[in-house]
Amino acid sequence: MSVISLSDLVYTYPGASKPSIDGVSLNIAKGEFVLITGPSGCGKTSLCRTFNGLIPRFYQGELKGQVFVAGQDIAGKQTFDVAKHVGLVFQNPENQLFALSVEKDVAFGLENLGMSREEMRKRVDWALNLVGIYDLRERSPHEVSGGQQQRVAIASVLAMQPEIIVLDEPTSFLDPLSAERIFEVIYKLNQEQGITVVLVEHRLDLTARYTNHLIVMDKGKICFEGNPREILCNEKVCQIGVGIPKATLLYKKLKTAGFDVNSQIPLSSAEFADQLLKVLNQ
Amino acid sequence: MITVENVHYSYANNVEALKGISLTINDGDFIAIMGQNGAGKTTFIKHFNGLLKPSSGFVRVNGVETTKTSVATLARNVGFVFQNPDNQLFSESVEDEIAFALKNFGFDKETITKRVTWALEFLSLTQYRKTSPFLLSGGERKRVALASVLAWDPETLVLDEPTIGQDYEQKEKLRHFILQLRTKKKTVVMVTHDVEFVAECNPRVILMCNGQIVADGIAKDILTNSKLLEESSIVLPQIAQIFTKLSILGLPSDIIDIDEAENTILTKAKERRLK
Repeated sequence: MSVISLSDLVYTYPGASKPSIDGVSLNIAKGEFVLITGPSGCGKTSLCRTFNGLIPRFYQGELKGQVFVAGQDIAGKQTFDVAKHVGLVFQNPENQLFALSVEKDVAFGLENLGMSREEMRKRVDWALNLVGIYDLRERSPHEVSGGQQQRVAIASVLAMQPEIIVLDEPTSFLDPLSAERIFEVIYKLNQEQGITVVLVEHRLDLTARYTNHLIVMDKGKICFEGNPREILCNEKVCQIGVGIPKATLLYKKLKTAGFDVNSQIPLSSAEFADQLLKVLNQ
Repeated sequence: MITVENVHYSYANNVEALKGISLTINDGDFIAIMGQNGAGKTTFIKHFNGLLKPSSGFVRVNGVETTKTSVATLARNVGFVFQNPDNQLFSESVEDEIAFALKNFGFDKETITKRVTWALEFLSLTQYRKTSPFLLSGGERKRVALASVLAWDPETLVLDEPTIGQDYEQKEKLRHFILQLRTKKKTVVMVTHDVEFVAECNPRVILMCNGQIVADGIAKDILTNSKLLEESSIVLPQIAQIFTKLSILGLPSDIIDIDEAENTILTKAKERRLK
């Protein structure tokens, strides 16, 4: 069953001469972990903004086509209705933080749902611990670092426990180890609780391993969709300017040079190192 | 040349962000400053153009102490590109944004036009010349911020997380540009978490932890030292991860370059008659 379904979507920002989304149809099934990538300016962020109706209600402009989220046509819905189903983590955390303390920011969405105080306390603590910022709960979100702000933004969305989480380059300010930990947390929620995840990322080295539904966008269109192992070996994907994981690249180079490791195309260095060990140890 | 001598810096809330840093940056150096969130990296580089002044110790840019001159004077030599482009963009069009500093430095009209056109082209922004920077994507805004600094051609370029939000092609361009700057003896200092980018650029790497410098050396040595990196919350580059695991086969573990990786594995495969 699709939880997000787009058909023939075309969207142009006000005053823009070209559409940012140019004929996109897409189905995302419940419980999927979908990864969207593509060169900067390709329409990834715009696409995410249609999932909760920010496009067109907040950004205005002209939207053609249909967006169904959790079985409902977004067109007739208010953003707060959609927000119960979809949580969006923005690229720039400063755009979504506003409260006087980290924990108030995380609690804000829950207050609006009319949740009881005890339940709210539980949820806020759970989310703060999950992303590793429980110690920061009384600080102002505007005096913590960019990376920590991103964690606050992620916690605010996780606390709502939405059915669908959409994350737009959520860890770009975080150091790599912290980023990896956040991705692990999100992957775990996806696997254990069946939360549908849509992740926008350039860094496939860190994230390709989590998905079996990869979407590559370019110039407002979807140009590749499917199994990342096949897509990332396609020469045309390199030409679009997608950063292929180093392990996948090395696998391809070795094969071209006449050494075929003869295994599943690798997506991460750990996976490829194991394959190489096996072959070279024979 | 930038010399830093035993610099301490405390914020108004008495948090000591820098705890005794000494460092010499020579003309033409290419340096990556790495370290976990809160290590003091951004605080440190803000001392290079006088945005922050040391609580104790000295920072000298070309022999002049930063406490004895203005940020405006220092900026001519040290161009600074911030982590979040929204902190530095304010003009109504991309073109105006790039021209702003050039006007302030008193360049003539013709030079300004030439420099702006060059910077727009160089960072693939020509099509947005008349567009408001605020209508652009995050990655594009980052490029506008970079273009506006490149345009005045400072001796030293300080980049705070230049690869955030950039796709692979833009990163490749940035890398080539940095290499180009090096042939012109420009100094480039970047703060970054992007280990893959650092592995590809091969700069001198300075690792910071808790307001101090904990390592200073070539990329190949530092980026393959897993114990050191782990303490700084940095993961090994992908290629180094592979070779750490392959070291039990007697292969060297200090490899970060993909071509070197390919050759090393091919040699091993030949030895084992697999190829």
